Amino acid sequence: MSEYAIRVRDLRKEFVLPHERHSSLKAVLMRTRDRGYEMQHVLRGVTLDIAKGEFFGIVGRNGSGKSTLLKLLAGIYQPTSGAVERHGALVPLIELGVGFNPELTGRENVYLNGAMLGFSRRRVQEIYDDVVEFADLEPFMDQKLKNYSSGMQVRLAFSIATRAEADILLIDEVLAVGDADFQRKCLAYFREVKASGTTVVFVSHDMDAVRKFCDRAVLVENGELVAHGTPDEVADAYAHLFMPPEEAASDGRRFGTGAVTMRDAEAPAELTEADADLVITTTLVPADGFGGRVRAGFLVRDADGAPVFGTSGATATQSRQYDLDLDVPTTIRWRVANILNDGDYTVTLTVTDPDSGSVLEEWNDAARFAVRRVPRTANLVVPPITLDVV
Amino acid sequence: MGRSVCSPPDRSARERGDMRERLADVGRRYAYAVVLVRELVATDFRVKYQSSVLGYVWSLLRPLFMFAILYVFFGIFIGADAGLPNYSSYLLLGILLWNFFAEVTSGGVRAVVDQSAMLRKLYFPKYVVVIAVVVTAFVNLLINSVVLGVLMAILGSEVRWESLLIIPLVLELAIFATGVSFLLSALYVRFRDTGYVWDILLQAGFYITPIFYSLSFVRGKSPYTAAFLSLNPMAQIIQDARYLAITTQTTTLDDLTRTGWFRLVPIVFVLAFTAWSTWVFKRRAPSFAEEV
Repeated sequence: MSEYAIRVRDLRKEFVLPHERHSSLKAVLMRTRDRGYEMQHVLRGVTLDIAKGEFFGIVGRNGSGKSTLLKLLAGIYQPTSGAVERHGALVPLIELGVGFNPELTGRENVYLNGAMLGFSRRRVQEIYDDVVEFADLEPFMDQKLKNYSSGMQVRLAFSIATRAEADILLIDEVLAVGDADFQRKCLAYFREVKASGTTVVFVSHDMDAVRKFCDRAVLVENGELVAHGTPDEVADAYAHLFMPPEEAASDGRRFGTGAVTMRDAEAPAELTEADADLVITTTLVPADGFGGRVRAGFLVRDADGAPVFGTSGATATQSRQYDLDLDVPTTIRWRVANILNDGDYTVTLTVTDPDSGSVLEEWNDAARFAVRRVPRTANLVVPPITLDVV
Repeated sequence: MGRSVCSPPDRSARERGDMRERLADVGRRYAYAVVLVRELVATDFRVKYQSSVLGYVWSLLRPLFMFAILYVFFGIFIGADAGLPNYSSYLLLGILLWNFFAEVTSGGVRAVVDQSAMLRKLYFPKYVVVIAVVVTAFVNLLINSVVLGVLMAILGSEVRWESLLIIPLVLELAIFATGVSFLLSALYVRFRDTGYVWDILLQAGFYITPIFYSLSFVRGKSPYTAAFLSLNPMAQIIQDARYLAITTQTTTLDDLTRTGWFRLVPIVFVLAFTAWSTWVFKRRAPSFAEEV
């Protein structure tokens, strides 16, 4: 018996991309087939071993080749070269509700999807009540699936998927859908699967989930494994992919009416835990003849582009104290407690008209900085905390 | 732990070299294929007829209307019946067998592409999508045969034991239709022209097969043409079925050719063609998921 659940050796996958789809006889007869195509190298030699019982993460950007890798593991695609060995019963959950037909009732779809996942009819009968209860859809089972909300469909599909009996589960982006309640169920299921010793290969964009569950992970970029290690290491490498290159064009990062523009945006290049404050500076320059109140705001985004904190955007209504009168170029400075975790960040600056709300200028990626904090924690922020015994 | 069937065979069973284990695995895989076919067929029936008032009755009415039209125009006005007794049941049987072939193959062309969503998400034996089309059409054929039986009872046709020999003929028909569908569905993944070409060929096939006219009618004009037409497997199947079930006055291959060896031509063709097209399908199947 192998100690590995999946072994992948120098796996390559190429797709032939015709410049013009030649799925007509004419194109073949005219022999245009020989010209006008290019090879797309989706995977360029991937080698990895996944041990039995491991919760293994595959992360990467859209188009990096991670989904193709998963489909090769599932046997859906054939490798161009290289080999995939599977040891144990494998069930792919690449999409929830495979085979779901909107014209059928919920009940019929349970049987249909169950059949696809390899259940016998009798087995589906045995688990049917549990599936319905878990999905919390008892009153709706005799309605057509097309009358379900998308959330209900996902709940039903997920409820069936959780019954899959496998030694190896391949899970693709299931967490990307559904509301908070559904996500909670997903997480509970993951914990259960992890505890049961099932091998899981998990493809995700959600670094929190990767950090929380995976024992090991790889980062796929451009068809190759560029990072391989603990979930923390891989999640960091993933985050770095999203730092835009320094020399990115400045056009397109700025827009607005131009009544007020900004220049000389600055943030310290690197902060460590020794720096108490983050200081962001910029100069507001009114156009000729402009005079009036403006509202300046900033927003710090993490490497994924997710907003971390700031005074623009959704918080703008609370930021009246940041309004100022402007008729000559004025330099302003924000000072924020440095509670950021280790990572890379960008700053977006905005100047708006507080009355009309119109954007005078928005400057994306106006400044960038890195925070280095050792040891790093899994938390998003590290505010100062004191504990008093009272 | 459960034994999954929706992924390629795993290595452990092969490594252990346990013959019984491997046989069990093959058994599970066929059981999976059966379950899939059943679900695909059930889905097809549920979806196709649920939002029409007459529902399933349509699949009975369609061949009956076709029958009525052909009977009136060719049987009564033009006289293509050539004085055959029981022309009505003769015609209806021909239509039912031809319709089965047309239903299987025109559905079969699109069988693989229609399941592209499933193909891209799951590993499963690809032939099930074609078999599901064959089974669906076969259920329709069985139900339509009841209508034919009623018609024959009304007309007072005699029922002979030899009529049971029609079963191997239906089997031959099913094999032929399956073979054609394997080839067409694999071609259609690459070349969507296949669908149009097959529509035209089916039209032509309807006329070169003696469905609404009798072969003896053709024989009167040109015996060689009649012999040639009867080598077409569809002609052989339909004529033999009529000979067995309707009237021994049906012109079959035996009447048109001098030696019995010609009997074998359509059958050998059907078997060889189906073996070849199955091979083509099997060879193409692994790349369906990325080509559809």
